[in-house]
Amino acid sequence: MKELKLMKGNEALAEAAIRAGCDAYFGYPITPQSEVLEYLSREAHARTGMVVLQAESEVAAINMVYGAAGTGKKIMTSSSSPGMSLMQEGVSYIACAEVPCLLVNVNRGGPGLGTIQPGQGDYFQSVKGGGHGDYKLIVLAPSTVQEMSDFVKQGFDLAFKYRNPVLILTDGALGQMMEKVELFPQQERKFERLDWATVGKPADKEKNVITSLNLKAEAMEVINIHLQEKYREIEKNEIRYEAINCEDADYIITAYGLVARICTKAAQMAREKGIKVGVIRPISLFPFPYKAINDYASKVHGILDVEMNAGQMVEDVRLAVNGKVPVEFYGRMGGVVPDPDEILKALEEKIVGVAV
Amino acid sequence: MSMNERDLLEDKHFEQVISDESICTKENIVYEKPETLLDVSMHYCPGCGHGVAHRILAEVIDELGIQQEVIGVAPVGCSVLAYNYLNIDMSEAAHGRASAVATGIKRVLPEKYVFSYQGDGDLAAIGTGETIHTCNRGENILIIFINNGIYGMTGGQMAPTTLPGMKSTTSPFGRDVATMGAPLKITELLAQLPGTYYVTRQSVHKPLNVRKAKKAIQKGFEYQKLNKGTCFVEIVSNCPSNWKMTPVESNKWLDENMLPFYPLGDIKVPKD
Repeated sequence: MKELKLMKGNEALAEAAIRAGCDAYFGYPITPQSEVLEYLSREAHARTGMVVLQAESEVAAINMVYGAAGTGKKIMTSSSSPGMSLMQEGVSYIACAEVPCLLVNVNRGGPGLGTIQPGQGDYFQSVKGGGHGDYKLIVLAPSTVQEMSDFVKQGFDLAFKYRNPVLILTDGALGQMMEKVELFPQQERKFERLDWATVGKPADKEKNVITSLNLKAEAMEVINIHLQEKYREIEKNEIRYEAINCEDADYIITAYGLVARICTKAAQMAREKGIKVGVIRPISLFPFPYKAINDYASKVHGILDVEMNAGQMVEDVRLAVNGKVPVEFYGRMGGVVPDPDEILKALEEKIVGVAV
Repeated sequence: MSMNERDLLEDKHFEQVISDESICTKENIVYEKPETLLDVSMHYCPGCGHGVAHRILAEVIDELGIQQEVIGVAPVGCSVLAYNYLNIDMSEAAHGRASAVATGIKRVLPEKYVFSYQGDGDLAAIGTGETIHTCNRGENILIIFINNGIYGMTGGQMAPTTLPGMKSTTSPFGRDVATMGAPLKITELLAQLPGTYYVTRQSVHKPLNVRKAKKAIQKGFEYQKLNKGTCFVEIVSNCPSNWKMTPVESNKWLDENMLPFYPLGDIKVPKD
């Protein structure tokens, strides 16, 4: 029987962590994601024995994740933009040491202390690196409370499949808003000794070391080559996107997360006016659906990219389109959520009015 | 090592004796490498205390029979490569975060033995926050703190524990307490926290001290089993290279300068 609940995005995510059999969560309070830590503190241990620990900082939290995830257990943390910035050094270590774990960024408006309202200004940080060195996270961008739940389970699966950190990049509005969510059944927390994990060296096996250090340049390059090969493999297998009413479209809007839903409404309003508009919503921001967007670019006259930032994903959209058609950008910043009317207006002014 | 011992080592007769196979028999072995210490060359400078500290740690792990049950955390600093010398599962932490990494491991593997091994810059400067909060939560881990009053790996900069007036590459005229602050006695500070169960300061510059330091590490692991809180063992050590002294001079200097400021002995012992 379906288990349906009306839940806040942050709470649905926390509930999903418990149900996915997460072994430990380490976090630090920050608006607009504190409900995750609060919900887990209240619910998790009694239900599954999951460890929930409030760290003294995001820096400590991500390093607790690094240590705990090195044991091969299912470990996660969540934060919001300034807190994610603090975590980036640790994320770089985690990526290099190939420790699977789940990270969540409930993006708020920046830069600096910014605002506690929703934003998408952390796209670059999430998909282009964030910390130091050449590494990639697998980045999933939910657009519904349902996906806030579903991506926790998928995120853990991907993290272990590739021994790579997975980031759920959402925003303050999705974290705070309530929607109907179908919860997946409780999964058992089970411990499996993984051959790379640090759980105590068996007498008949070599020791395991979780490290991101190699002082020899040639050896460090080998590690880098291995990571890049893994990222190419992820690009081959894990691209996810949604194409909404794109088959007959003359124009396309690209947007991710919550903004994609607002753009879907704008596209519907455009169709009522006789303008055939579709929406492409990248779900995996890394790996990015370059080919899909390139294919659709051949069929339309122009593309409008809409984000809650100054224009970040639009750079990837332009790389994907590769000059085939004009790509314009419309964005709101600092925590302002665009409405469908202004998106439609931007589409008409920047794309429909000028495209041939 | 005394001058007499040095003379003895240089004695040709001594070399002949120890190379005689009839004497090198199993029954005659009184000193050998612990199983937990890997048979590889260490990168530590001659005379550095890290080698001795590693050895006694390895001996304790062997003697307690916990090699398969222990997970160590290496810091950033001279002992960043400790995992190359210890034959146990280990995690290499970011600078200052070893106690947070150890917390993460211990929380999900509470039945295992977990320790961090950190230097003064790592533990008492960049990692002060993690150190204090780990101890304040009373994480059931052992923290081994090597204090040689200097940043060794990066080439001899001033550490949080550099003595007043002590010269380093970033306090070239001596540590001026008025502008650079006083050395941080973090071990005394941590002993005040209810979360710490056993806090002690030892050294490895003389055979008797090595034995005491080893005993302290052993207690640290034994107490960990009781789940009573954090055990903290400081080892006041030397840095011949960056103190710009011979190993013998550095140990003498340690005796005359470091120990009056960082007195040896237990600072907090279990009441029960």
